[in-house]
Amino acid sequence: MAASPSSYGPRPWTFYALATLFALFVIFLYGPMIAVLILSFQGPSAALVFPLRDPSLMWFDELFNPRRVGDVVGAFERSFPLALIVAALTVVISVSAGFAFRRRFIGDTVIFYTAIASLIVPGLVLSIGVLVTFRYLGMPAAWYSSALGAHLSWTLPFGLLIMFAVLGRLDPSYEEAAYDLGASRWQAVWSVVIPIVLPGMIAVALFGFTLSYDEFPRSWLTVGSKNTLPLEIWTMTTNVTSPALYALGAMTTFVSFAAIAIALTSIVAIQRRRSGSK
Amino acid sequence: MTSGDVQKSPRFVYLQVAPLVLVLFFFFAIPVALVILVSFFHYQMLVGMVPQFTSKNYVDLLSSPTTWALYLSTVKFTVIVLIITFVLGFWIAYFLVFHVRNLLTAIGLFLVCTVPFWTSNIIRMISWRPVLGKEGLINSGLIKVGIVSHPLDWLLFSDFSVVVAYVHLFTLFMIVPIFNSMARIDKSLLEAATDAGATRWGVVWNVVLPLSKTGIALGALFVVTLTMGDFFVVTVISGGLSGSATSGIFNDLQFLNYPRAAANAVILLVVVLLVAAAIFRLVDVRKELVR
Repeated sequence: MAASPSSYGPRPWTFYALATLFALFVIFLYGPMIAVLILSFQGPSAALVFPLRDPSLMWFDELFNPRRVGDVVGAFERSFPLALIVAALTVVISVSAGFAFRRRFIGDTVIFYTAIASLIVPGLVLSIGVLVTFRYLGMPAAWYSSALGAHLSWTLPFGLLIMFAVLGRLDPSYEEAAYDLGASRWQAVWSVVIPIVLPGMIAVALFGFTLSYDEFPRSWLTVGSKNTLPLEIWTMTTNVTSPALYALGAMTTFVSFAAIAIALTSIVAIQRRRSGSK
Repeated sequence: MTSGDVQKSPRFVYLQVAPLVLVLFFFFAIPVALVILVSFFHYQMLVGMVPQFTSKNYVDLLSSPTTWALYLSTVKFTVIVLIITFVLGFWIAYFLVFHVRNLLTAIGLFLVCTVPFWTSNIIRMISWRPVLGKEGLINSGLIKVGIVSHPLDWLLFSDFSVVVAYVHLFTLFMIVPIFNSMARIDKSLLEAATDAGATRWGVVWNVVLPLSKTGIALGALFVVTLTMGDFFVVTVISGGLSGSATSGIFNDLQFLNYPRAAANAVILLVVVLLVAAAIFRLVDVRKELVR
């Protein structure tokens, strides 16, 4: 019998070729990030390139010194709560909408394609639009109003698409069983549906948090006079020529990795507990 | 069943979808409508926008060779990036789905590919500086080995570095949807094709490729819109040497010429939507997603 790609025989040569391609891609993906991580510990030579001389933490210290580099701490104190609010709202709104989309209703196609359009509209175009809207309303742009809305218009379609994937796999018979056993609608949702889709909700929260925390174009004109972190970094790329920029990069990446780690470990923990209690 | 009927009541469905609709209305539909409106306004120095209808902004832009040059440059980048990300994305997804035998390993490797998506784009872009710069890793490596005697200066702040950065940022958007499509392909189809005498290449070309169509289309949609709408990659990493459609908008905004920036934005939006519509004609994305 001819060896098919999925049967357990000796690995075909294509496996080794593609494994090499994959390894090179991973190096391409992570190599530069690791370079920045290492160079953020650069010593007083302040060189922006290798080699790393006299490793120190001085550039991290520099970050908290607003005289030298911009208002990094203040920017973080806006970016972080903004990302948390966006994450929470993205979960609530896209889970709720995801349930509505499980059946057809009048207007569902229009809403769906509007969400897709909101996903693909260039961020800069939306940024201008939101700024102009707030001007007409006579409201000042701020991170907690205009930027929040601009971020949601981008995270919600992502959340909705993830909910489609999650709810597509949800068997309606679980809910029907709950109703047959006398559960009210809220009981069915709270005790049956929510626990099943919880890993998906965590994924939506992760997308909401990280997309907002790192968003640049949609924040650019909408945050008002005070910068969020990506805008602060953007300003730094033009006027800070010291490894402090790398230090900030390392710190930001650390926050993102922490969010990813929290999300993934909680998903794994839920799955494990579920398979353990079976 | 009464409870089922209650659940299907249309009022409840609209209540569930209302928050989404409100956000999309106030932070997508209205802003885009206002951009279109403002693009027909007059611009006056020092005064700013004057609400008087004019098509001057569009006439100016469309008759300016700069606009066409910028769009040509954007289209060039988009096509190059689309081809590279498709080839990479397709083969990486193929490797993960059909060559990695352990499902957990495949999921783990898939996550390795997706983690950078959740980190800052700006930082990922800046991180090319110590690698591609004149004294960067690649140049010092090449000199040490003796391949070149002088550092290559086209590695950073060039069209080359812009393409590298785009591929670095956007390949992910190809891998994920293609991986999704491929994971749904029934593996017995591949075996059937092989048993019927297809070569390994024939299986990829005649079975895997057509069945991954939706993923490829979605990936292309993401890559095209992200590349065309990008403005900070070209600014940061080309050193101001390469232009893109958005550079025009950026310039107008610096002069507070909102009407012209809006007209520029509308043109960009129309181009992006035309590409998206073409892709949606090829595949019914919603049907595939809900499936």
